[in-house]
Amino acid sequence: MTERNRLGMILFVLSESVFFTLLIVAYVFYHHPGAEGPSAAGVLDRGKAAGYSVALLCSSLTLWLAGLSLRRREQARAASWLLGTFVLGGVFLVGQALEYAHLLRAHVTVSRNLFGASFFTLTGFHGFHVFVGLVMLAILAGLTLARSRPERVEAATEAVAVYWHFVDGVWVVIFSIVYLWSMA
Amino acid sequence: MSDPRATGGVATSLAQIPEYRGLLSWLSSIDHKQIGILYIASAVLFLLVGVAEAVLMRIQLMWPGNHFMSPGTYNQIFTMHGTTMVFLMAMPLLFGFSVYLVPLMIGARDMAFPRLNAAGYWLYLFGALMLYFSFMAGGAPAAGWFSYAPLTEGGYSFGPGIDYWALSLLVMGAGSVATAINLVVTVLTLRTPGMSLRRLPLFVWMTFVNSFLVILALPALNAALVMILADRQLNTHFFAPEHGGSALLWQNYFWVFGHPEVYILVLPAFGVISEVIPVFSRKVIYGYGFLASSTVAIAFLSFGVWVHHMFATGLSFAALYVFAASSMLIAVPTGIKIFNWIATMWGGSIRFTTAMMFATAFLIQFTAGGLSGVTFAAIPIDWQLTDSYFVVAHIHYVLLGGTLFGMFAGIYYWFPKITGRLLSERLGRLQFWLLVIGFNGTFAGMHVLGVLGMPRRAYTYPDRPPLGLLHLISSSFAILLALGLVLLVVNVIVSLRRGAVAGDDPWGGWTLEWATTSPPPPDNFERVPPVRSRRPLWDLAHAPPAVRDAGRAEGGGHD
Repeated sequence: MTERNRLGMILFVLSESVFFTLLIVAYVFYHHPGAEGPSAAGVLDRGKAAGYSVALLCSSLTLWLAGLSLRRREQARAASWLLGTFVLGGVFLVGQALEYAHLLRAHVTVSRNLFGASFFTLTGFHGFHVFVGLVMLAILAGLTLARSRPERVEAATEAVAVYWHFVDGVWVVIFSIVYLWSMA
Repeated sequence: MSDPRATGGVATSLAQIPEYRGLLSWLSSIDHKQIGILYIASAVLFLLVGVAEAVLMRIQLMWPGNHFMSPGTYNQIFTMHGTTMVFLMAMPLLFGFSVYLVPLMIGARDMAFPRLNAAGYWLYLFGALMLYFSFMAGGAPAAGWFSYAPLTEGGYSFGPGIDYWALSLLVMGAGSVATAINLVVTVLTLRTPGMSLRRLPLFVWMTFVNSFLVILALPALNAALVMILADRQLNTHFFAPEHGGSALLWQNYFWVFGHPEVYILVLPAFGVISEVIPVFSRKVIYGYGFLASSTVAIAFLSFGVWVHHMFATGLSFAALYVFAASSMLIAVPTGIKIFNWIATMWGGSIRFTTAMMFATAFLIQFTAGGLSGVTFAAIPIDWQLTDSYFVVAHIHYVLLGGTLFGMFAGIYYWFPKITGRLLSERLGRLQFWLLVIGFNGTFAGMHVLGVLGMPRRAYTYPDRPPLGLLHLISSSFAILLALGLVLLVVNVIVSLRRGAVAGDDPWGGWTLEWATTSPPPPDNFERVPPVRSRRPLWDLAHAPPAVRDAGRAEGGGHD
C-alpha cells in the first residue's frame, strides 16, 4: 500500500518535472539582458525572495520530522510538525504574494513584456503547486489530530512528502535561475 | 436475466452479471472492465464522428472549385477531424484496451488505483464534450490539430475555438497522465506470483513502456497549452513574434510532445499484434526479448526526433543533420519488430480469422507508412513534400492502416472475452475487405497528389489534371472506407444479440485473460493459474491431469 502510493506520486512528480523544465526553458529562452521594459535585474528583490525561500527549504525538514514521528506513532508530535510545515509553506506563499503585489504596483505585469510573462507563469505555477501541497498538508494534519488509522496516514504522508520535496527542489532551481543567474 | 451463478452456471453475456445492471452501475463504476468498455465505446462513437468529418472533407474535395462548404467551415472540420481522431478516438481506444486487459493479463483483480482509473475516464469524456461544445459556443478551433502559432494568437483566431481546444486538451491530458501512472503502478505492484517482468505478455510490455511516454510527453503539451492560453486570455506574447515572442517555440514544444505522441498511438497496436499473430500462427512469438527491448529503444529515441517536423523552418544545418540521423535511426527498432512478426508467422499453421487478417494487413500497411515516413528524414525530400498530401498519405498509412487496423485486430480478438459473444466472422470479412480496399483506394493516390504539389489543408484546388481525377478516386473509395467502419457497429449490435457463445478461450490463447470466464466476473478470477512460463495456459493444457489439478489448487491459493 505504502509502496503503491509512493510509486504513483514519484511518477506524477516525474511528469511534473517535464512541465516545469519547459517553463524554465521558456524563461531562459526569453531572457534578453538588453530587452525593453522591466527585467529580473531591474525589479526583483533577491534578499526578500531569499527570505521566504528559506521558509520553504525548512518546511522540507519539518515534513521529514513529521514522517519520523508518524513512524513512531507519536501522533501529537507528528501533528505539530505537519502544522509547522503548513505554516512554513504559508510563509512562502505570503512572501510570494507580497512580491507580486510590489511588482504589480510598479506595473510589472504578466502582459507587460516577455520577462513578466515568463516570470509570472513560472513562479505562478510553482506557487499553485505549493498551494495544492498546503491543502494536502492540512488534510494530513487533520487526520493525524483525529487519530485516523495511523498506518494509512503514514502511507499518505510518505506520498505527500515526495510531492512536497519535489516542489521544494523545483524552487531551488527556479531561485537559482531567476534570482541568481538572470539577475547577475 | 436471473443470476446464473446462483444456479451454478456461468455468465455468458454482460447482461447476466448483476453487478453490471443499470445505468448507475456504469456511471459510478470503479471496475477496470466497465471503465475499459466505457473507453472503447466512447472511442468508437468519436470514431464515427471523426469519419463523418472526413466524409464532409472528401465531398468538398470531390471536384475542383467545389462550393459544398466555406473555407472557414473546412478549416474547422479538418481541425476537429485531426483532434478527434488523435485525442478523442485513438488514445481512449488504446487506454480502453490497456485498462481492460492489463489487470487480467497479469492476474490482478483490478488496477492499482481504481478510483483514479474512473477519474481518468470521466476527465477524458468531459474534455471531449467540451471540445465539441465549441461548435455551439461560437465556432470550433480552425488552426489544425497542431495549432501553429501565431495563427492561434488572439489577433488571428478571433472565436473561442482555440481556447476550447487548449482547455479540453489540458483536461484530457490530466486524465491521460493519471491513467498512465495507474498502469505503470499496476504492472509493477500487482503481478501474480511467477509473473516476472520477463514473462509479461507483450501487450503489457508495450502498454508499460507506452505509459512512460504518456507520463513524459503530455506535460510538454500542457506547458505549451498554458502558454497559448496565457497569450489569448492574459495578453502575454509568448508566441507572438511582433512582440518579441517566438512562433518557433510553439513548434518545438508541440513536437516535443507530438512525436512521442505518434508512438503513444502506435505502441499499443504493436502490443495487440504481438498477441494476435502468435496465437493464430500457433507458434511462440519470435524474439520476445528483441520485441520488448526494441520498444524501449523506440521510447528513448522518440524524444530525440521532433525537429524532423520542422525541417522547413530555417534551423541551422547542424540541427537538421542531427535530427535527420536520429529519425532514420528510429526506423531500426521498428524494423526489428516487423521482422519478428514475420518470423513468427513463418512456418506456422496460420488461421486467417478476421483478427489475423487485420493483423496481416497491419504489417503491410504499417510498413508502407513507415517507409514513406523515413523518406521525410531525408532533408531535401522533406523540403519538397512537407505540408503536402504526401504527409496526409503518410500519417493515414501509419495511424489508420497501422494503428486502427491493429486495434481492429484487437477488437475481433478480445470482443468474445469482453462480451461473451463472438463477432460474426462473415460480417468481419466483409468489413475487412471494405476497409482494405477503401483505405488503400483513398490514401494511396494521395502520395501522388503530394508529389504533384497538392498542399494539405487547402479547401479546394484548381482544375488542373490530374488533380481532379485523383481527388475523385480518393473521395469515391472513402465511401467504402466509411461503410466498413459503420459495419463494425452493425457487427457489434448483431453479435451482441445473436453471436455465438464464446466460452473461456475461443481462440486457444495462452495468456491469463483466457483462463477466466467470458465475460470475466467482477473479481476477474476464481483461481489464477500458476505462472511458470510466458504461456501459462499452454502449460496448463499440456500438463498431465494430476499435475493440472494440483496446479489449479496451488494457483487457487493466491488472490
